[in-house]
Amino acid sequence: MDQSPSPSRFPAMWTTFMSWVDRRFPATETFEYHMSKYYAPKNFNFWYYFGVIATVVLVLQLVTGIWLTMSYVPSGDGAFASVEYIMRDVQFGWLLRYLHTTGASAFFVVVYLHMFRGLMYGSYREPRELLWLIGMAIFIAMMAEGFFGYLLPWGNMSYWAAQVIVSLFGAIPIIGGDLMEWIRGDFLISEVTLNRFFALHVVALPLVLVMLVFVHIVALHHVGSNNPDGVEIKKNKNAEGIPLDGIPFHPYYTIGHDLPGIVLFLIAFCAIVFYLPEMGGYFIEGPNFEPANPLKTPEHIAPVWYYTPFYAMLRAATFPLFGLDAKFWGLVVMAGAIVVPAMLPWLDHSPVKSIRYKGMISKTMLAIFIISFFILGYLGTIPPSPGATALAQVCTVLYFAYFVLMPWYTRVEKTKPAPERVTMR
Amino acid sequence: MKYWRCLWVLLFLPALSYGSEETNWKMDPFHPNIQDMPSLQRGARLFVNYCMGCHSLRFARYERTADDLEIPHDIFMANLVFNDQKIGSLMENAMPIERSKAWFGAAPPDLTLVAKLRGGTWVYNYLRAFYTDDTRPFGVNNMVFPNVAMPDPFLQLQGTPVLGCRQVPKIAPNGGEMRDPLVAGRTITEEKCGFINVVEGSGQLTTTEFDQAAYDIVNFLYYVAEPARIERERLGIYVLLFLVVLYVFTALLGREYNKEVH
Repeated sequence: MDQSPSPSRFPAMWTTFMSWVDRRFPATETFEYHMSKYYAPKNFNFWYYFGVIATVVLVLQLVTGIWLTMSYVPSGDGAFASVEYIMRDVQFGWLLRYLHTTGASAFFVVVYLHMFRGLMYGSYREPRELLWLIGMAIFIAMMAEGFFGYLLPWGNMSYWAAQVIVSLFGAIPIIGGDLMEWIRGDFLISEVTLNRFFALHVVALPLVLVMLVFVHIVALHHVGSNNPDGVEIKKNKNAEGIPLDGIPFHPYYTIGHDLPGIVLFLIAFCAIVFYLPEMGGYFIEGPNFEPANPLKTPEHIAPVWYYTPFYAMLRAATFPLFGLDAKFWGLVVMAGAIVVPAMLPWLDHSPVKSIRYKGMISKTMLAIFIISFFILGYLGTIPPSPGATALAQVCTVLYFAYFVLMPWYTRVEKTKPAPERVTMR
Repeated sequence: MKYWRCLWVLLFLPALSYGSEETNWKMDPFHPNIQDMPSLQRGARLFVNYCMGCHSLRFARYERTADDLEIPHDIFMANLVFNDQKIGSLMENAMPIERSKAWFGAAPPDLTLVAKLRGGTWVYNYLRAFYTDDTRPFGVNNMVFPNVAMPDPFLQLQGTPVLGCRQVPKIAPNGGEMRDPLVAGRTITEEKCGFINVVEGSGQLTTTEFDQAAYDIVNFLYYVAEPARIERERLGIYVLLFLVVLYVFTALLGREYNKEVH
């Protein structure tokens, strides 16, 4: 079953043109390799929407970002006013800005779901270790991109959130103070900091992100997609070398699966952009409606929701250890929490990939991990209290337990036999 | 499946944490209505007359405000722009920031975004919570924002507000109002203090009229905080309708392709 569009369907002129191009650039070859002859498992489900949606959101962020840059003024005096200028005086400026702010949150929503899919179906397992590591690099670059971007509106929460996060580096022994000053370029968050964050946000990190996403897709198409059964479809091929359980990515996934999924996503996304752009203070926080003021600390400083699980873990470290203060260990815990999923390919020793065939311990640990992540996310949004800190400590331990105990529980548990071929449930 | 149910509950947990900051003052609700043009127009007039001497709206423009509030430019210029500013100017005032710091202890903040910063409910209650207090430099204090460095701009309209006591219905342990067991229908009351009572006949407006004036000002500030709101909410309907129609067609198209997958 060769579903690739045969050249005869196209007018002769197009064929002539493409053969002219193909002699000089591998256009058709590239299209076939990545689209029409890239065989993806036919049993993709709901969870396989979020990779393509993340790409859509990335493009949306790049395009709206370019247009916002046209009217934004990266200066201490002008930044806040220029954002309001965009909101009021620029034609559809409000739409561009809300698409961008909502897009930032949406990016994290879909990427978290995309990563969760990987956890469930063992998409990080051999031969996809590098694919997973590149994905982790994208995640870290995204967090940095979001952090730098959050300072740009120059609101009071922007200012103080940047102040808090940059001051974390001050907890590093010996070099902390100098490192902090080097990051800010000043003795406090100032216009110098704003300008360099602007440069990093609009030039450096978008470049890094786009390159990493490209490499992510190259790696994916080299090893082939995993699927909800964790079956390697390349093991069962027909006489022509086409996987029996594979279907061409284009058009069966592009049009048959992804396009309606993208439109569904856009419906939810636009409903927020047009009717709930501030999301009750979760996407755009209240204190950010007044300009940055180094003399006025907001009552309660909290990062945007997508960082709050990690922020809660940072705050959960409350006691000094080995002569280093709690703040330093908080930084270590937070950085560890962000990076530890990168170890997954070497932590999971289960004979099966997918959660469908793993044992009860794996399922329970994954559920506990997700619940801890949500609770931490919530705790990161509220002011600290003894009870909240204790709960955050428990959840931090549970979060890490998922990874640290994985080599043990994936070995000892009883798994179900994984099928040879994909199932369509 | 149980896991998923837990996840959804946890997902919406943060929604419960969202609430206003704590204050002892009982906040009256504020429901903005940016379709109510007369209210917005009255609000603009009151703001220009009673607030703008000190508080600017430096991100908003006169022209946009006039157009959105359906006020003809000539009427707007004659009645709501007091200096030589142009219709396209930003709504700034002549208050010198450095000197105002000396006068008040803090420069009067710009109010373009105050309805988003503090919320409409807060501003609405704040405006109605001034009371006479001789210990303060301006002779007034505020229940919502204690020891605020702002004089009461509404003494003339509202009258003289004084902190006092009122007879209020006594609340039973079950939460209901207590009724007199001897006289049918009569409510048992008790004296409670900490209320603001206006000295009768001291103001130009009745309490209801003053509440309406405060509402109009805050409604106007709610509009000014995001003038694109009307356009956003109007456009959103068309965008969503388009996407729903698009979804139907893409889903039908997708189904055709999926028929070939076995």
